[in-house]
Formats: sequence, C-alpha cells, structure tokens
Amino acid sequence: MNRFEYVRAGTVAEAVQALAADPNAKFIAGGTNLLDLMKYNVERPGRLVDITRLPLDRIEERDGALRIGALVTNANVAYDARVRAKAPLLANAILAGASAQLRNAASTGGNLLQRTRCYYFYDEATPCNKRVPGSGCPAIGGVNRIHAIFGTSEHCIATHPSDMCVALAALEATVQVSGPQGERSIAFADFHRLPGDTPEIDTDLTPGEIVVSVDVPTTDYGTHYTYLKLRDRLSYAFALVSVAAALELDGATIRSARLALGGVAHKPWRNREAEALLQGKPATRESFQAAADLIVGEAKPQSANGFKVELARRAIVRGLEQAAAGTPQSLTDKRIA
Amino acid sequence: MLIESGSPVPADTKVGISLTINGEARALQVAPWTTLLDLLREQLDLTGTKKGCDHGQCGACTMLVNGTRVNACLTLAVMRDGAEITTVEGLARLANPGGGSNGLHPIQEAFIEHDAFQCGYCTSGQLCSSVGMMNEGHAHSRDEIREAMSGNLCRCGAYTNIVDAIEDVMQPGATQGAAR
Repeated sequence: MNRFEYVRAGTVAEAVQALAADPNAKFIAGGTNLLDLMKYNVERPGRLVDITRLPLDRIEERDGALRIGALVTNANVAYDARVRAKAPLLANAILAGASAQLRNAASTGGNLLQRTRCYYFYDEATPCNKRVPGSGCPAIGGVNRIHAIFGTSEHCIATHPSDMCVALAALEATVQVSGPQGERSIAFADFHRLPGDTPEIDTDLTPGEIVVSVDVPTTDYGTHYTYLKLRDRLSYAFALVSVAAALELDGATIRSARLALGGVAHKPWRNREAEALLQGKPATRESFQAAADLIVGEAKPQSANGFKVELARRAIVRGLEQAAAGTPQSLTDKRIA
Repeated sequence: MLIESGSPVPADTKVGISLTINGEARALQVAPWTTLLDLLREQLDLTGTKKGCDHGQCGACTMLVNGTRVNACLTLAVMRDGAEITTVEGLARLANPGGGSNGLHPIQEAFIEHDAFQCGYCTSGQLCSSVGMMNEGHAHSRDEIREAMSGNLCRCGAYTNIVDAIEDVMQPGATQGAAR
C-alpha cells in the first residue's frame, strides 16, 4: 500500500474541502473495496479523507421514500425493519452479495462507487483502459467469461459488480450528492454510465462530489418481487447474471413491471421497452418470454461469455415467474424454484 | 501526533489512537496505512488472528469490532480509533468477564468437541465469525448458518463440523451424536 496523508472529516463541508484540496485524494468509508485496490496498487491516493465520522449513518422515512444515509452499512440497510417491509427487493439483493463481514463494513455510498472486478483492471501488469486510459483492453478477445453482454464499447467490456445497485435501479432510487458547487439529485439510471470512450469514468459524479444519501421510493413493489442471482458457487461470489424483478398486478394482469439485470453491463441494465411490453399483459410465461426475448435480442456477447445470453433469457423468465407468484428467491435455499 | 478534524496528517507521520483490545485500553502510535490486522499481529504480538488472503476473500482475519465481525485486513487501524476489539485471544474473557482467560468460550469448546478444524489456520476467524453471527441473531437453521458463515473459507473442508459446533452452542444438544 502506498503512503498517504490522512484527514479525518468532521462535517460534509470539511470532507468536500479536504478532497478538493488534493486532486489525488479519495474518500474512505468502509474501505472494503478501496483498501483492496490499494493493496494491488490499482488505487494510489495521495490523501485519504476519512468520512466515517460524518452524521450520514441513519435511515429516515420521508414522503414516500426511505432516505438511506451514505454511511449506513450494507448489513444495517438489509436488516432494517422499514427496508424489509417497504423495499424487500433491496434487502434481498444486498444479502445476495458479499459476506456478512464485508456487509458489516461496506457503506451504502461505497457500494455505489465500488469498481469493477475485471481481472485485467485488477492486474497492474496488463493494459486496461479503465485503469490507464488509452492502454487497451485485453479482456476483448481475452479471458472474458465474466464480462458484459450489453452496452459495451471497443474500449471496455467490464461489468458493475454490485447487487444492491441492481435493486436500486429497479426501484428507481435517487442519489443525493454534495460538492463544491452545492447539492444535487441524480436519478439512479443516470448515476452509473456506460464505458464509451472514457471507461475510466464510472459515474456521473463530478470531481469533489460526495454521495450523501440514497432515496428509495416506497412503492407497491413490496409483494411481487424477487432478486435472482446466478453465479459459479452458491454464496460469496459475484453474479454471472442477476435479475431484480418487481411487478404490480391487477389480478392476473400486469399493471406495471420493473426489471434490472446485474453482471451483464457496466451499470445495472434496464430495458424500458421490455417493461412497457409487459404492461397490461397477462402475468404468464408467454408474456415473460416475450420480454426476455426483447432484452437479450440486443446482447452482444464476447468470445467466452456467449452462455450469458441464454442464462439471462432464462433468468429473466424465472425471475418474473417468481415475482408474479410472490415467491422471492430464498436467500439460504439456493435451489432455483 | 493527534488527529484533529479537517487537518491533514502528513504521510510518514504516526498518529495517536486509542483502542480497547480484549478488555485492555491501549494508547497506540500507528502509521495511517496500517491495517487493523497488521497492527495487532506486527506491533502488538497478537498473532492468534491469521492473515490468509489479505484481500477480504478468506475470512481468516475476522475479529469483532464493537461486537461486530469484520475483516481486519480491510480496515485501517486509524479509522477504528476509540473502538473495542475482540480477537480470538479475548473470546474466553468475553464469555466469562472478570473470570480471567483460563477457560474457553463455549464456541471454542464446541469446536473441540465437534472436531471442527484440521490444520487450524482458519479457526480463529471461524470462531470470531461464529460469535459475531450469534450476536447478529439472523441465522437460526443449518442453511442460514451455512450462508451466514460463507465469508469464512476452510480449505481442509471442516464445514460440516463447524456448523455442528455452532448449532450446538445456539441450541445445546442439537447435533450431539450427529457429529460422532
């Protein structure tokens, strides 16, 4: 790990100021991703601004939304009674990821800002456009079994690794940020970006901005939902494909549908056309297959991840079936029902 | 030097922090890039906690920080200023406060009873993780215990006996005989 200056921030304003004072500074909260990357020399901040003492560790209920402070740990979000009652999809997605120890440390803001787990990004000895812009992308044509099938560019095919963010995308959360220019809100769909020709930029945050909280609407998606995660082992592994599915039903008819995929793109992947296609349709396998076909029809697999296309198609159908039946995927019995 | 909110501590400067480690209050000088794991193993000779992967993937370094289990390899000591730390060396004291550390924590006794280890390298992390899991109170069935302990790898494959040991502490007698 490199040597760095250490600053402990007492207020959000102090944190923003301490970050702005050094272009090579980083915030640190849980540290579970940043310290890992620093040990690999992928991140080499000249200054760490410790934000763990900021008063951002509360969950509050406010007009139709749960406001989750940026420092609330992943575990404290997942086990919060209000979250479990009003946004169970979010709780389930969080508990499908990482380990208990990591969830006890990792923060809400840090979950949003975690970097890809692409092997080449992590390996300083190889080129990577995300780590060293312009150096190339050996994942294209290389070892890319875990990589993206949607929204890739010729410069980067990395995926965003979060489970929590897939649920936040489906639930249309809003990210509240603060920075040198003041405060603003970012719609979740606009928070993460596609790689394009600047894969080194993961999010819409501008330099010096800090995530303050995440607002999760308390919608009617609390009954018919599931988070279905498919991976190489049953626990403690990143998704090859995951599906956050939520439905509002009128009897057997779909009033509205939300669908977001993880493990398949540089950001949680949504297809509004497919969601619109489901609206007003009967909640049947045929409807779900039509939506799945529409989504995977746009897939562009790499040399070694073609299996993800069919895996995603089936996961979407299965996820929508679980949601429609009101039987979310079990967090402990990993057989797919 | 002391940490003052908003004032940068220059690189290469040690800072003063206080930690309560296994019941003992300690005033310590640490370089900011020292992980909690390295502080305990390298500076304080508390080598019961093991360094496995050093990347949060194996769980060998699991310890309790303010009663909550975390990977000590992925947290900086300076960020934990003021915290209460319990390592495997302090589990017995946790079970018998004031009773010294001669005995064992019930989970340690259960690990011996159920033969829940072979080489032992992951064991201190497994023990601290088990106690943290029981503090959390979310796991009740065997499946839930397995899921809740999935952040602790055991390459000898003692998993079945580890779950037996935990179940025995949570529900005494539950797996008596099953392990033999």
